[in-house]
Amino acid sequence: MNALTKLTSAMAATFVLTAAINVQAETSAAFDITGLSAEDKGLAIAKERKNRDLGWGDSTSNVIMTLRNSQGEESIREMRMKSLEVNDDGDKGLTIFDKPRDVKGTAFLTFSHVDKADDQWLYLPALKRVKRISSRNKSGPFMGSEFSYEDLSSFEVEKYSFKFLAEETVNGVATYKIEQIPTDKNSGYTRQVVWLDQEHLRGQQVDFYDRKKSLLKTLTFSDYSLHLDKYWRPMKMNMVNHQTKKSTELNTTSLEFRTGLKDSDFNKATLKRAR
Amino acid sequence: MNQYQNKNLRKIWINSIVNHPWLIILMVIAIVAAVSYGGKNLYFRADYKVFFDKDFPQMLAHEEMQRLFNNNDNAALILVPKEGTVYTEPMLGLLKELTDEAWQTPFSTRVDSITNYQHTRAEEDDLVVEDLILERDAINSQSIALTQQVSTTEPALVNRLVSPDGKAAVVNITIQLPDKENRTAEIIEITEYVKAMTDRYAEKYPNAEFYHTGIILLNYSFATEGQKDMLTLVPSMYLLIILMLSVMLRSITGMLMTLIVILFSITATMGTGGWFGYFLSTGTINVPIVVMTLAVADCVHLVASAQFAMRQGKTRTEAVKFAMDLNLMPVFITSATTAIGFLTLIFSESPILADFGEMSAMGVMIAFLLSVSLLPALMMVIPMQVKAEPEHRGGMENLADWVIKHNKKVLPISAALMLFFACLVPLNEINDESTKYFAPSTDFRQSVDKQEELISGMSIINWALFSDEAGGINDPKFVQVIADFSEWLRAQPEVDHVATIADTIKRLNKSMNGDDQDFYRLPQQRELNAQYLLMYEMSLPYGLDLTNQLNIDKSSTRIVSTQKNLGSKEYVELEERAMAWFASHAPSIRMTAASSGLMFAHIGETNMDSMIVSMLVALILISVLLVFALRSVRLGMISLIPNIAPAAIGFGIWALISGEINLGLSVVVSMTLGIIVDDTVHFLSKYQRARQDGNNTEEAIRYAFSSVGRAMTITTLVLCTGFALLTLSAFRLNADMGLATAIIIFVALVVDFLFLPAFLLLTDKGVYSKSKIANDAADQNTKTENEKSELLDVLVKN
Repeated sequence: MNALTKLTSAMAATFVLTAAINVQAETSAAFDITGLSAEDKGLAIAKERKNRDLGWGDSTSNVIMTLRNSQGEESIREMRMKSLEVNDDGDKGLTIFDKPRDVKGTAFLTFSHVDKADDQWLYLPALKRVKRISSRNKSGPFMGSEFSYEDLSSFEVEKYSFKFLAEETVNGVATYKIEQIPTDKNSGYTRQVVWLDQEHLRGQQVDFYDRKKSLLKTLTFSDYSLHLDKYWRPMKMNMVNHQTKKSTELNTTSLEFRTGLKDSDFNKATLKRAR
Repeated sequence: MNQYQNKNLRKIWINSIVNHPWLIILMVIAIVAAVSYGGKNLYFRADYKVFFDKDFPQMLAHEEMQRLFNNNDNAALILVPKEGTVYTEPMLGLLKELTDEAWQTPFSTRVDSITNYQHTRAEEDDLVVEDLILERDAINSQSIALTQQVSTTEPALVNRLVSPDGKAAVVNITIQLPDKENRTAEIIEITEYVKAMTDRYAEKYPNAEFYHTGIILLNYSFATEGQKDMLTLVPSMYLLIILMLSVMLRSITGMLMTLIVILFSITATMGTGGWFGYFLSTGTINVPIVVMTLAVADCVHLVASAQFAMRQGKTRTEAVKFAMDLNLMPVFITSATTAIGFLTLIFSESPILADFGEMSAMGVMIAFLLSVSLLPALMMVIPMQVKAEPEHRGGMENLADWVIKHNKKVLPISAALMLFFACLVPLNEINDESTKYFAPSTDFRQSVDKQEELISGMSIINWALFSDEAGGINDPKFVQVIADFSEWLRAQPEVDHVATIADTIKRLNKSMNGDDQDFYRLPQQRELNAQYLLMYEMSLPYGLDLTNQLNIDKSSTRIVSTQKNLGSKEYVELEERAMAWFASHAPSIRMTAASSGLMFAHIGETNMDSMIVSMLVALILISVLLVFALRSVRLGMISLIPNIAPAAIGFGIWALISGEINLGLSVVVSMTLGIIVDDTVHFLSKYQRARQDGNNTEEAIRYAFSSVGRAMTITTLVLCTGFALLTLSAFRLNADMGLATAIIIFVALVVDFLFLPAFLLLTDKGVYSKSKIANDAADQNTKTENEKSELLDVLVKN
């Protein structure tokens, strides 16, 4: 990682810490972005988005992933995802694959970080061993789908530089249109354009631009549900690849918060026992 | 329609032109302008797919495969160090930089080279998957040695991305073109981008030389070479025509009038094509030259007749009337037979050949219409100087005497020669090789040849293996079949490289077991396969995933073999051998093969079947037309030999020159039939008239020679020149078609001059009955007509 990235990450980490301390105050206060430059405005919205989502603790969900190609073929993947909020760093995640049956029991553990490459381990039941994955390559497809690991990892303000573009109405919803440029040079994208609804700052749509800056994919979020009276989660995410005409739909069939997961549930040793 | 009405219509037509030439000229100009305006709709489609019908089986298979797995259309950049190998700091640095920058290529989805090859290795208990060369700055003797060691041993790389001796390396850019019909702009954009990119690197690294191949470059070459043809061949044809007309007509204004008619014929034909939604392609790009060539023949007849009449002291009006009256019918019949010949190309399996036939047929009829409307009108208003006749040498009469005198020898010798060449026809072989469609002088061909010399051919075949079960790729039995088939492919002499998932699985097994070479084999457990692949997939970076080898439910895989640049026969044979391998080794597994090369390999054969239908239809239609034109079944039958023989002889000669029948050659028979029939019609109709006038066979032959011999020679000369000009095209399809057509048209003249009269002397000795004459053309029944035909005879003698 070069010096510049380190510096921005360090600065970003400080922002998050400050934000975390001030979380109560800021969420209750009016959200004011008037008079800011496009960059500051974008950053302010991103921070507010992160702030509003702080404090959820942990969650467990069941997810069905449906892959489609332009030939009409379909393929289903099923998995359980456990997540743990980490206050001063990226979140921790544990994904257990149930389908296809050949990979049943395979478990994927991630520690995402705001200032360095994420840590990833995979438990392979057929080999009965835990293998570390070189996570420099985080932009490849997740289980052959149109989602990359990068798309599924937790949203952290430090991962991007922001620029407010416009206020737009998408499907009848008033949104902020923001450009996000990944700070990690191993990202598969040169930029993303995100539409957040103005009321709750929930993602409505994301356009992903590839290395040659052409539109690669569009992700749309729908069926938002409210949890713990505060946290909005989309039950449906649809990713369409414009270049290959393939698509992947991600449906959350159940989602529970604060199920009592602890930090000790997310380590290499417990990975082998994950069912 | 009876003769009376027919004659009346002709009279009305001729009179309105003679009486209102300006009106006709203005009307024609207005119509031609409106029609030609359609030319704005024309565009050039640079895409090898224009050769194939949407329903062509190999095309459907290819497109299905491109949807199941990711598209693998490509642009390949070949780096050849002028000295040494690619395993040096500057050359690997160049490759690394070029590989990174190549991701910026428009419409690219993936870039592969030895530097971003996803090398796997065990590190303690972990699997490390990373670029062979991670950073430009980190290249040192150690990483160079590693790169060399991996590149020379890894089956995924050697012979595909790098040559075994390291003298050349490839950066392969996978391109996903937008899903629309005309992608010429995108193809040009991509090619110009990669060429500019390699130019910059060639400047920065003086030791580097670059070549460009791949499907995108193939398409690009279709566009650029096509445009070059348009810009060079059409103007040269114009110059040639000016030259020929100056010699034949000996009149500046006569030549200019003809040039105007030719120009209008071309613009109106291309304009009509534009209105009807035709596009330009390798096939239709020849239309202007064909139309030019055929229009010249029409015009020469008319202008020469008018000049003749004027020399006889007639007024301009009388001369034009005379020329029209004399030529309207023959020019119509010859145009119609030529158009029919072209029209039967609609049976072609290749849409652009059908387009070529349709547009040329339209062009021939447009040229006919203009030469019997605009041309006489122009002759009415523009003065035409008539120079004195040159000395008449009587060459045709001498030839006639010679043939008659030696017919006992001429007949058997010519018949034997005809048979001899006809027997050579089976030596021809159908062969379509898209890379060899371009002349060795073209950039594309030189790159392809260089690639073949240093690394591998450019032709690939995609082999899709279907297990018909989700996750079937994990089944050890299925993987074993994949591995066995891949090994079988590698053992085939024509195969340079095989890219297969079986290698990846073996390599993973090894790396997951501490890089122990003993584990470079297929795991025997289904779950292990699945979990290795899952792990590997999760480790791959953006763009370098397995979706080009596995379909989404992992039930099928694509193996890609790279061949030496094969002819269609070898292609089809390899495919058949592979089918046979599956039938005996893995009958339960469905396999399909597809690629652009296979499409070309099959089109020749499929097209030939349809072209035989087209030839038969052309032959029947034209023979029927001949029987009507000659009003004699007997002469119609006799004419079959001189109509069929030239093609048989021509293709016999072709077997000696080249022996390869490609798509261009397949249309030649149908196309030439309509043209060579004209000569036979002219010759036999004159012969017939003389016989009906009471002459014996010999006298009738002399009459035929002296009346149309020179005209036949001139038109043959014009046509041969026009088609021979096509041999200068960088497209082998067009060059071959032009050469074969020129040969056949020339052979037709020789057959008409030598074999036909000798054959008539043998078979047509009987006396022509008077009753036959009563049924004959009105031309012969009136005194005025007879006068005219005598005038014509005098004219043609000159």
